[in-house]
Parts: sequence; C-alpha cells; structure tokens
Amino acid sequence: MAKFNKKKSGELPAISTASLPDIVFMLLFFFMVATVMRDNTLMVQNTLPAADQIQKLDKKDRVIYIYAGKPSSRYLDTYGSEARIQLNDKFGTIDEVGAFVLAERAAKREELQNVLTTALKVDSDTKMGIISDIKQELRKVNALKINYTTRIGDYTQNFN
Amino acid sequence: MPRKSPEVNAGSMADIAFLLLIFFLVTTTIETDSGINRKLPPMEDQIDPPIIKEKNIFTVVVNKYSQILVEEDLTDIKDLRGLAMDFLDNGGGIGEEACDYCQGERSPRSSDNPEKAIISLKNDRETPYKAYIAVQNELVAAYNELRNREFLKLYPSEGLTYFEADFIYNDPRTTGDQKEDLREKLSVVKKLYPQKLSEAEPSKVN
Repeated sequence: MAKFNKKKSGELPAISTASLPDIVFMLLFFFMVATVMRDNTLMVQNTLPAADQIQKLDKKDRVIYIYAGKPSSRYLDTYGSEARIQLNDKFGTIDEVGAFVLAERAAKREELQNVLTTALKVDSDTKMGIISDIKQELRKVNALKINYTTRIGDYTQNFN
Repeated sequence: MPRKSPEVNAGSMADIAFLLLIFFLVTTTIETDSGINRKLPPMEDQIDPPIIKEKNIFTVVVNKYSQILVEEDLTDIKDLRGLAMDFLDNGGGIGEEACDYCQGERSPRSSDNPEKAIISLKNDRETPYKAYIAVQNELVAAYNELRNREFLKLYPSEGLTYFEADFIYNDPRTTGDQKEDLREKLSVVKKLYPQKLSEAEPSKVN
C-alpha cells in the first residue's frame, strides 16, 4: 500500500507560471506590430461606408486626413447635429480647409510634398453637399489626389 | 541536503508585460486605411470645352433619395455595373475609331471606344455619402472587371487579375524588379480602358 500512498504524501507541486510572461509577450508583440496610433481624437461620428473596389492608402506620412460627420454624442449639446468638418483636433469650417491642407503640406518633408494624398474619412450618413465643398476647396489649393476612405465590405451594406 | 541558490523571481515579469499589453490593446485601432482613390480635376477653367458626342457620355445621377438614374432611367444599383460595362465595352466606332478588343454589341447608339467613353456622375447636395460611395464603387468595379479581362488575356502567365496585380504593385513590400515589370503591364491595360469618370459639380437646386 505504501506504494500507492507515496504520491499523496507531500504538497502538490505548484503549476509553473514561468511561461506566462512568454505568452503575454507574444500577445504584446502582436499588438505592438498591429497598432496604428491615433493622432487625434475623433470628435465626429465616423462610421465609414463599405466598398470593395479599394486600394490601399499610401504610407502614413504621405497622407493628410480630413474627418467629417455629425458631432459625436459628447459634443451634440455644444455643436448641434449638423455635419461638421474636423481638422486635427478641432472643428473647422469650409474656409479653413484650404489653409489647413497648405499648412499640413508645408510641415511634411520636401520630397513628399508632391505625392501627398488627402484622405476623406467621412461618416456614411453625411450629405454630399459638405463633401463637394471640401472637394472644391481641395481643388483650389491644388491637392488633387484624394481617397474616400472606406471599410471593406459589400456595397449593398450602404443601402440599409 | 545543501541549500539551493535562490532563483531570480520572474513573477513580476508577467505584470510588466501585462501592463504594456493593456496599453497597446487600448491604443490599437486595426488599420482601416484603404479606400477609393480619385483624382480631382485641376481648377483652371477650360475656355473651350471639347465637343463630346452624346452617345459617348454615360450619365449617372444619384438623387437625394439614393435613387440612381442611368441615362435618365431609374435603375437598381445591382444593374449599374453591367450597364456601365456594356457602355464602355461597346466599341461601336468604325474606321479609325474602331476598337478591336471590345466585346460589346457594337451598337451605333452607344460609345465608340473606351478611349472616348466618358462616365458622368452627378449628385445632389442632399445625396447621402454612402449611396455616392456605392455608385463610385460600382463604376470603378466596371472598369476593374474590364481591365481584369484584358490583363488575363494579355498576360496569362502572371496568373493574376488586374485588381490583384495593382494591389501587389501598390504594396510597399514589393521590390524594384517586380514593380517595374508590373508597372509596364498595368499601364498597357490601363490604356485600353482609361478611367474617364467625370464628376459634375452638384446641382444647387432641390
């Protein structure tokens, strides 16, 4: 019988947690690689429309972002529910778009200044009027390469 | 039994790693940076707009109720791609304007050749952005499908469609040699079906 009792004697060995850091590090590296840091906090609702004929956007340093949409719930009281343009960290008006693009362009390195794309991140429920205005402003400052940023999906999703 | 030398306590390593992990979890936004690329027309106004034959223009209007009017007929979005392809691929031209690679009906009432065919897209100020994007998507898809067909026909050895080849070309990881090779092939196909998508300024009324 002593043969069988032998195992029960003494304490249970603790489960080794030595590999836990390894697992966590693995996850950590995944997220570090997959992370895109947000430069600016969104102040507008930003559900992008779906499209499937898409092209990848250029490298991040060659892109100027313009956001538009209804102010997010936090700002609804102050700014109302009319769609607005967000430039960097604050709401802007149509007239400021041109100056904003020029300022952003001037801040980039010289060799990149001619290859910049303007990415329009516009909420799917926005009316086209504001977007047409933005496009006119972009034409005025000769920022002709634009990208309608979308999420990947079938176009029929846009109709419900 | 001799005493073992004490191990370095690695227990807190997990805590440190967790802390970092949570930081990255919170700041992560999985990349959504892709979309439809467009080029706006330059501002200089044309003094003498070229005369374009009515049959070479394919008008698409998106109104404020997200309805799509193709050549003034109410159309379902599902049919838009097919209609646009029929128009672009018609190849109704004769003589110098003939199109030898087009596979369309060659109707004299539709476009002469893809070089001349222009799609004109018009929208109201009240049109929802998502409807506009859906239409843009379908029109780009029409061009892409035709380009895919030509790309497969001209370069069957690549085993790629135009869309895939373009994706590889634009991928920053693609290296010099392959890029050069693809650029040439892509530009040949692009020339067969040039993307002539004109956007009118939106109508101010209604």
